[in-house]
Amino acid sequence: MPPLGRALCALLLLACLAAPLVADRYLLSVLILVFYFAYLGQAWNLLMGFAGQLSLGHALYLGLGAYTATALWTLFGIGPWIGVFIAIPVATAAGLAVGWLGWRFAIQGVYFALLTIAFAEFTRIGFDHLAITGASAGLFLSVSTPGADKWWNLGGGPLLYYYIALALAVGATLLVARLRRSPLGYRWLAVREDPEAAQAAGINIIRARMIAMAISAGMTAIGGVFYGFYYRNLFPSQVFDISRSIEIIIAPIIGGLGTIFGPIVGAIILTPLGESLTALIQHFGVNTPGAKSIFYGLVLMVIISLQPSGVWPWLARRLGLNRSRP
Amino acid sequence: MTELLSVSGISKRFRGLTAVSNVSFNVHAGEIFAVIGPNGAGKTTLFSMIAGALAPDEGRITFAGERIEGLRPDQIARRGIGRTFQIVRPFPALSVEDNVVIGALLQTDALDRAHQIAEQTMVQLDLIGKRDQIASSLTLPDRKRLEVARALATGPKLLLLDEVMAGLRPTETDRIVATLRELNAGGVTILLIEHVMRAVTALASRILVLHHGAAIAEGSPEQVLRDPAVIESYLGAESL
Repeated sequence: MPPLGRALCALLLLACLAAPLVADRYLLSVLILVFYFAYLGQAWNLLMGFAGQLSLGHALYLGLGAYTATALWTLFGIGPWIGVFIAIPVATAAGLAVGWLGWRFAIQGVYFALLTIAFAEFTRIGFDHLAITGASAGLFLSVSTPGADKWWNLGGGPLLYYYIALALAVGATLLVARLRRSPLGYRWLAVREDPEAAQAAGINIIRARMIAMAISAGMTAIGGVFYGFYYRNLFPSQVFDISRSIEIIIAPIIGGLGTIFGPIVGAIILTPLGESLTALIQHFGVNTPGAKSIFYGLVLMVIISLQPSGVWPWLARRLGLNRSRP
Repeated sequence: MTELLSVSGISKRFRGLTAVSNVSFNVHAGEIFAVIGPNGAGKTTLFSMIAGALAPDEGRITFAGERIEGLRPDQIARRGIGRTFQIVRPFPALSVEDNVVIGALLQTDALDRAHQIAEQTMVQLDLIGKRDQIASSLTLPDRKRLEVARALATGPKLLLLDEVMAGLRPTETDRIVATLRELNAGGVTILLIEHVMRAVTALASRILVLHHGAAIAEGSPEQVLRDPAVIESYLGAESL
């Protein structure tokens, strides 16, 4: 990375670390969402942007992560810092099952995407009937349980969630950047670009995809644990819904598929955009149902038609951050 | 001479059509062996079976003493067979260097080493000046060279080349012929499928001729090109 890029990253990170000094509660909650979507965007982009496999069912791993950790806490009193290490293998196993079924039988592209949706949907239906986690009536994290407000049980004020979300986003970015520069990262790109040619170059393509899926699903599960303990209530119809899957993928697509900073840039654009649209619509007293969604959709269309490969590649060119051989 | 690749009695049928029928031949270590034949003779099917893209219905393929028929393409690549595709398939969005590095990662898991191998390979194939170009922006001759470079960077004992001269101008053909000679002198055994006779006669020590999926002649270029059956089926009756 060129020095200017490093400086900008350091500046952005410092600003994020210091933001709670000046930001009010509302602004903090917006920033938490920015980090949360940047984090999940990184997880999804690893599978799609690098390994070239389209998942439209990441809500499955989000929901499994959220339900595993919250159920462990409400049923057995096992705290989330331990629960997360059970949530990760649960979601990873689900991801590997989906991946194996798809890739073993050469289901590719949009058909694979349909398979991922199907798994998320039937898991939603399953949880709708699973009495132990409250079925469709939902699972609630009581705040009056002894210790529920302690940080080691992932309870507390917005600052706790703020710094956890920030750490997740930064950690995911570092991990993805490192993987991208590893032999595995090169193999993912090869599989994405041309699976048959990748195979001829000696790459076991199913294995490469499975590793990407395992990491992506595991990371998403951590996001799910955060989701569960941040919102403190879970409904199958929300957490496993396809709209969860879609909102995960918009930031990396707007920011730039297959880039390391794309998911971050996308999240920085989208969350405040949604919030300001809400504020504007309230300000002008527009009561039409769905007005916000229409404007939001229009803005997304404009961005994508202006920058089809995402905002980050364009921004990087403008800032002169493109890699060049010294 | 030792046999590096031994193909014995392989056949492949697609529904009713027999694409390759009971073909046998041996490729010796260190030689350049060519397979020629008119369009539809079964050359690419034969090639795909050796590279693992298709499994033969019958017969055996032995490489360096090990049976390889029916293995996956990546398993065959790991055993030391590098291939190119008739219709070139570089990784389009990646740079020339990254394309070759991906090949080199078959030899080593250390990225520094992979970059070294890639650099040597790019020098060998005259691509070093274009290392930062995106593969999809290359001209056809350069893409063909990249195809060879990526296969070569895997460190193969046997290089399978599927019509790398097709679509090239004579000067470019001569350039790639010279490169392949150098590679062969460096110890790489080459099996090539080729239409361009100028290249075949310049390179091959032995030639196998396929016609309608069957081998109709095998031998040195002089022998094969004088064979009446070959002349009739392949070079056309008018050249008699």
